[in-house]
Amino acid sequence: MSQSDLQGSEYKYGFYTDIETEEFPKGLNEDIVRRISAKKEEPEWLLEYRLKAFRHWQTMTHPDWAKLDIPAIDFEDLYYYSAPKKKPELSSLDEVDPELLATFEKLGIPLGEQKRISGVAVDAVFDSVSVATTYKEDLEKVGVIFCSISEAVKEYPDLVKKYLGTVVPYTDNFYAALNCAVFSDGSFVYIPKGVTCPMDLSTYFRINAKETGQFERTLVVADEGSFVNYLEGCTAPQRDENQLHAAIVELVALDDATIRYSTVQNWYAGDKNGKGGIYNFVTKRGNCLGKNSNISWTQVEAGSAITWKYPGCNLIGDNSQGSFYSVALTNHKMQADTGTKMVHIGKNTKSTIISKGISAEESENNYRGLVKVMPSADGAKNYSQCDSMLVGAACSANTFPYIDVKNNTATVEHEASTTKISEDQLFYLQSRGMDMEKCISMIVNGFCSQVFKELPLEFSVEAVKLLELKLENSIG
Amino acid sequence: MIEIKNLHAKVEDGDEILRGINLSIKPGEVHAIMGPNGSGKSTLAKVIAGHPAFEVTEGTIQYDVNNKLTDLLEFEAFERAQKGIFLGFQYPVEIPGVSNFSFLHESFNEVCKAQGVNETTAEEFREFLKPKLDLLEMNASFLDRPVNTGFSGGEKKKNEILQMAVLNPRLSLLDETDSGLDIDALKIVSKGVNAIKNKYNAVLLVTHYQRLLDYIVPDYVHVLSNGQIIKSGGKELALELEEKGYDWLTKVQ
Repeated sequence: MSQSDLQGSEYKYGFYTDIETEEFPKGLNEDIVRRISAKKEEPEWLLEYRLKAFRHWQTMTHPDWAKLDIPAIDFEDLYYYSAPKKKPELSSLDEVDPELLATFEKLGIPLGEQKRISGVAVDAVFDSVSVATTYKEDLEKVGVIFCSISEAVKEYPDLVKKYLGTVVPYTDNFYAALNCAVFSDGSFVYIPKGVTCPMDLSTYFRINAKETGQFERTLVVADEGSFVNYLEGCTAPQRDENQLHAAIVELVALDDATIRYSTVQNWYAGDKNGKGGIYNFVTKRGNCLGKNSNISWTQVEAGSAITWKYPGCNLIGDNSQGSFYSVALTNHKMQADTGTKMVHIGKNTKSTIISKGISAEESENNYRGLVKVMPSADGAKNYSQCDSMLVGAACSANTFPYIDVKNNTATVEHEASTTKISEDQLFYLQSRGMDMEKCISMIVNGFCSQVFKELPLEFSVEAVKLLELKLENSIG
Repeated sequence: MIEIKNLHAKVEDGDEILRGINLSIKPGEVHAIMGPNGSGKSTLAKVIAGHPAFEVTEGTIQYDVNNKLTDLLEFEAFERAQKGIFLGFQYPVEIPGVSNFSFLHESFNEVCKAQGVNETTAEEFREFLKPKLDLLEMNASFLDRPVNTGFSGGEKKKNEILQMAVLNPRLSLLDETDSGLDIDALKIVSKGVNAIKNKYNAVLLVTHYQRLLDYIVPDYVHVLSNGQIIKSGGKELALELEEKGYDWLTKVQ
């Protein structure tokens, strides 16, 4: 297989919206933390929480254990708050800046009453703030709360206070501490007892402003016996500078509740020489708190210059289940160190890990995963399968599985493989009338099929297209 | 239908494998290529199909498209397939995670599209497949399995002929389709090929053994040795080879 001189696939979300913004001065200090909190008219407890996190962050050093080459980040040279100036009252879409509506429409996320996507409620986050949430009223009728986290802090303080930071403590890691100090917005979801959420919920994250970090925070609470499908999408303008995105997502599933969380991550990844792109340093975790609860993470990671992300589950309730289905694609000079953490605490807890890494061109794609079985987790079961596919000769893939079992009734299985798209496979498909692109897309889709079938249909179509676009021209 | 003249081919940076092949095949004909191991039989089939690992250094392959001779060497493998050239693989390749159904369907639709015929929906295609599965005595559950993955030798070969039946090629190059088949599977595969062939299409069989030719009767038999056709004859030549081996021919040379 010959590796051609590779052209960058076009990133169609790379445009920038010129909009008047309000931002706080660059740099990070207690004053900025206080200003963010004041801007959002937060209660005292939340400000205290932010300050504790900030002080803790100051004592921490940047993590260096991942197999990533992360250029030094100057945390004093970033804006920590940037918001479109005409901040609407969230009660009415009519008051949202038309420029913003146009931006989301261009991204394929129409928010207006007539045009909005049927069957999916969307919370649209633009830089530091949530600009609109669709279908809120319809959801309220069945008791589902879906709003920005800022709004939730005001409207549902008890719920937020009860769960915020319970899954990912601010001491968890460097970027988690940073997020806890300066998070500016994000989505909040509460599904009441016994309710199956009548539509898919989704948050669409857009980074627009220059030199701005996006620190959003998502909290999803599924009460006893409830069910929700949650989708997340992300894009950013094409810029020469790197941009920081450090989010926290916390999921809480009570007895018999199920949360299915899917992400298609397509942040700008930089150009083919590795210039620009988003640093995606995200902490995502779910607590299967109740018995028989179930959380699944499904992710298609196809963007970002550097990805550092390990969505995991704490399997606390007896018979609870956690799953992680991941496709991570890297091309050009992208780097990804991603995987999962499954911590078995309750009895008969079960986890499934299916990870598919595809590296092309000069990229580096690493799977890193932890399966931990605590002494209390009698009868715990884990199955892990980590497959890597190399496209071309200059890329690399690594698998770092950590297994820590402290209960001898547990069963832990791990399988791993590395494959290349073979010339034989390509010729076989070509001799059946398919051109090179079709062949590659068929082979790659086959490789990822176990993960794609976990995605909601529209998302799976989008994921397939995204991979095709990224791999175009990757094989000469 | 196809006119091969003085064809020379080699592996990139390797020795010449085909050293001046001349072969003409007309619609309705069945040709068999026989010859000792390493004589270039499979290479000939792959070069006609457009395998990128081989480089044609001399000679021409003219292929009749709509009564016009075109230079086949100008086209890539997938374009040749779209123009009705089919290669049945000696070792069919596994494509994990892709169902046999979607593979067949994609392939069929790509060829339809190239030939200006309407593409089919999944439902239509399933109907279209039924008689072809019956012909090859294959169970429909076979369609849901990943392409060639975990198939037995016989299933793989049947799957090749199923693809041939689906694509309805003008020229089929069947590379050792009989290898690894038990007698029952050989009969089924042969029945399939015989049902597909007609006066408009042609078949080139690459084989080691006379056995296949009892079931698919060739009009011509060619002996390939050291990259050249050293003898051509009718179907009786195959019987003679079965009896005497190749030595009497290669030594004359």
